[in-house]
Amino acid sequence: MTITAPPRPPAEAPPPPRPSAGRRLTGRLLALWRRLTAMRTAIVLLFLLALAAVPGSLLPQRSLSQTNVRQYFADHPDLAPVLDRLYLFDVFSSPWFAAVYLLLFTSLIGCVVPRAVEHARSLRAAPPAAPRRLLRLPDSGEVTTPLEPGAALDVVEEELRVRRYRVVRRDGRDGPEVSAEKGYLKETGNLLFHLSLIALLLGLAGGKLWGYEGSILVTEGQGFCNSFQQYDTYSAGPLVDSGDLSPVCVDLEDFRAEYEPDLTASKFTADITYGAPGEEGRPTTIGVNDPLRSDGDRLYVTGHGFSPTFSVTLPDGTAITDVSVPFLPSDQRTMASEGALKLPDVGAESDEQLALEGFFAPTGLVQGGILTSVDPRPLDPQVAIVAYQGYLGLDSGLPQSVYSLDASQIERGRLAEVGAANLSLGESLTLPDGTVVTFSGFQQFAALQYSHDPGQVWVLVSAIALLTGLLGLLLLRRERVFARVAPAPTGGGTVLTLASLTRGSGESGPRFQALSDELSAALAARAAARTRAPQPEVPPRDS
Amino acid sequence: MTPDQSLLDLSDTFFSVAVALYSVALVSFCAQLAFGRRPARTRELVAAGGVATPTGGADEAPTAERSRRGERWGLIAIGVTVLAALAHAAVLLCRGLATDRLPWGNMYEFATAVVLVAVVVYTVLAVRSPALRHIGVFVLAPVVLGMVGIGLFLYVEGAPLVAALRSSWLGIHVTAAILGFGIFLVSGIASVLYLVRVKDEAKPVEEQGTGFVSRLPSSAALDRLAHRTAVFGFPIWTFAVIAGAIWAESAWGRFWGWDPKETWSFIAWVIYAAYLHARTTAGWRGRPAAWVNVVGLVVMVFNLTFVNLVSSGLHSYGGV
Repeated sequence: MTITAPPRPPAEAPPPPRPSAGRRLTGRLLALWRRLTAMRTAIVLLFLLALAAVPGSLLPQRSLSQTNVRQYFADHPDLAPVLDRLYLFDVFSSPWFAAVYLLLFTSLIGCVVPRAVEHARSLRAAPPAAPRRLLRLPDSGEVTTPLEPGAALDVVEEELRVRRYRVVRRDGRDGPEVSAEKGYLKETGNLLFHLSLIALLLGLAGGKLWGYEGSILVTEGQGFCNSFQQYDTYSAGPLVDSGDLSPVCVDLEDFRAEYEPDLTASKFTADITYGAPGEEGRPTTIGVNDPLRSDGDRLYVTGHGFSPTFSVTLPDGTAITDVSVPFLPSDQRTMASEGALKLPDVGAESDEQLALEGFFAPTGLVQGGILTSVDPRPLDPQVAIVAYQGYLGLDSGLPQSVYSLDASQIERGRLAEVGAANLSLGESLTLPDGTVVTFSGFQQFAALQYSHDPGQVWVLVSAIALLTGLLGLLLLRRERVFARVAPAPTGGGTVLTLASLTRGSGESGPRFQALSDELSAALAARAAARTRAPQPEVPPRDS
Repeated sequence: MTPDQSLLDLSDTFFSVAVALYSVALVSFCAQLAFGRRPARTRELVAAGGVATPTGGADEAPTAERSRRGERWGLIAIGVTVLAALAHAAVLLCRGLATDRLPWGNMYEFATAVVLVAVVVYTVLAVRSPALRHIGVFVLAPVVLGMVGIGLFLYVEGAPLVAALRSSWLGIHVTAAILGFGIFLVSGIASVLYLVRVKDEAKPVEEQGTGFVSRLPSSAALDRLAHRTAVFGFPIWTFAVIAGAIWAESAWGRFWGWDPKETWSFIAWVIYAAYLHARTTAGWRGRPAAWVNVVGLVVMVFNLTFVNLVSSGLHSYGGV
């Protein structure tokens, strides 16, 4: 395209030479950096961080409950995959959440580090010289005193030192002056607060990288060793080497749940032994709010439940005795529990498998054929079971829950219901083919969790430092006071100009008034002492 | 142990008494606003002064210029509020004695305690600076509504604590959370009033309302109140979150797990941090900062109501 340029005015100065590409890039980066580290950006990023956390609390999260996420997928088959692609089920480990907090922390570092350098310098430097026109400061005023200028400034200096100001006296262009400052700890607190945030984030990251957590249901009398193969579920940071896990084995000796008269659970305790594999275990007791801590690892009781025990006698006389299977509590108040027992290797024909799906009530009550639980204590344990025979689908390659049967096999008719009954302890259900299922007893299990988080202590120390810094930042005041003296125009005496600057507080007025009143009183006292020459000095403070 | 039923009944009676007394105090504060009319001339002066010197003293609406009748109503209102707060404290005291534990083991007790903290914070401030008595209506109206809501929707019988709550951290973490929330409540109300007041002050003097808005303390005083209370509440809330994390480490096996309550406490913390920054940042001072504070309060209330009642997390204890 061609354009006829309008005639330029000939007198125009030649444009300044274009800066080199490198310098332009640097300039642009610098501008970007300045914008990122500006407080306004930080506030916007704080908002983004708050906003980014919101979906994490409204949608089910994989880190909290895989089951709820699966349920969400089942309930919203169209929406869920889209949300999943946006990491909305893993909000707190998503790239966009990380982007927000990393930007925020970059902004914070860019803001705090220069301030820390500046603060370190000012800690060593003297308070700055007084501004020329003190009366222009918002808090300022004049005091006249009969004392001569030098003596008046002496009084001011003394008074300010008593108030723990750092004071410097100068002979400024506009007369002798005093600059004083106090409250350096406020800025120290501010820096400590913000630097602790960085330390806290590093501690969190370290814990995520090198930490791990495994959960397992352990029935009384059984145990586990700290290895990922044994856990029902586990999560480990990317830098955890499964060979580095502390060699610990734990046995659950006894589990007790205690209840108040109104059946509120008051105490869960587990007697365990723990120690290196092959070693005699050390006995200890752990409970809710009372984990085992050993060598940076922790062991928790996170739940409990009942494992009903069944005996099965097949028509050919083969007996499978006392198979215990954990049922998951579906109601913590009554400990009504649900679960399934799968016996894939029974039956004469190889494809004939047996399964029980059932409901366990520690204290059962049957009304109209329906079993409910009325008490969390095992006073009268009963089960309601439904027996199935057929194909369980265990080798179909699809993972299935150990606490329920694969409903799709039932729907397809490959697994057929062959009997159902409510059983008390010792009672049996006889299936049409002659198989006898007996409810032979129950055991208790504890849900145990083994955790290792090397960043935890670091995070705690950072959090304490953070709080300390915050208190210093919010409770202390940084004040500068300036004073300058000049001989009174009317002759004899001095005009003292006072001003103060308070950082970050709107209530400096009354404080300045108080300070200036106290200074005038001290000046007056000194003047009075002078006139009564030989008398000892009046104490400088009168308030 | 089985709770002492007669003490529990007494606690419920005190609850009704507290609500009734708060209502009386509310009416008295209304009367103060209605009868404590300033002569129009003075009002203009004060309003103009408020605009010109935003950093003026705390009680620039001088009480001396108020009609004595209004002042008297204000004193009555404060007195009744104190009585109501005593009855309110007795609600929790009786619950605690009856069940032999700290009376904040469920949402009913927690919310009741939060409202009590807000009332106490406001009363202390109002006793110290009389100008703040003029916002009594706007503090007590939410208090009465809140108490009625708590009584209607959150009430649960006094009962022993569930096992997970039996820890000394209950006294530390929950107490800090209650204090922080109560203080933020006052801060949020002050910011809402600030927003109302600053809108009125922005108008030319002749057009400014003559209604209740003109009798509020100056916008500068309200802003200062909001900021001071937020500054007071923020470290307490920070401590509450940290103490919660320490407790979670021993109770749930991790110090932070993005449980809904944790997430929303974190969100609230971030919002209040933003408020404290905003108030000292050019471009955010004044109205935008006040809005941030209001958002903070909304988040706190959401965290109490929605997160407890709708979403299910580890913080679901004691019935509600």
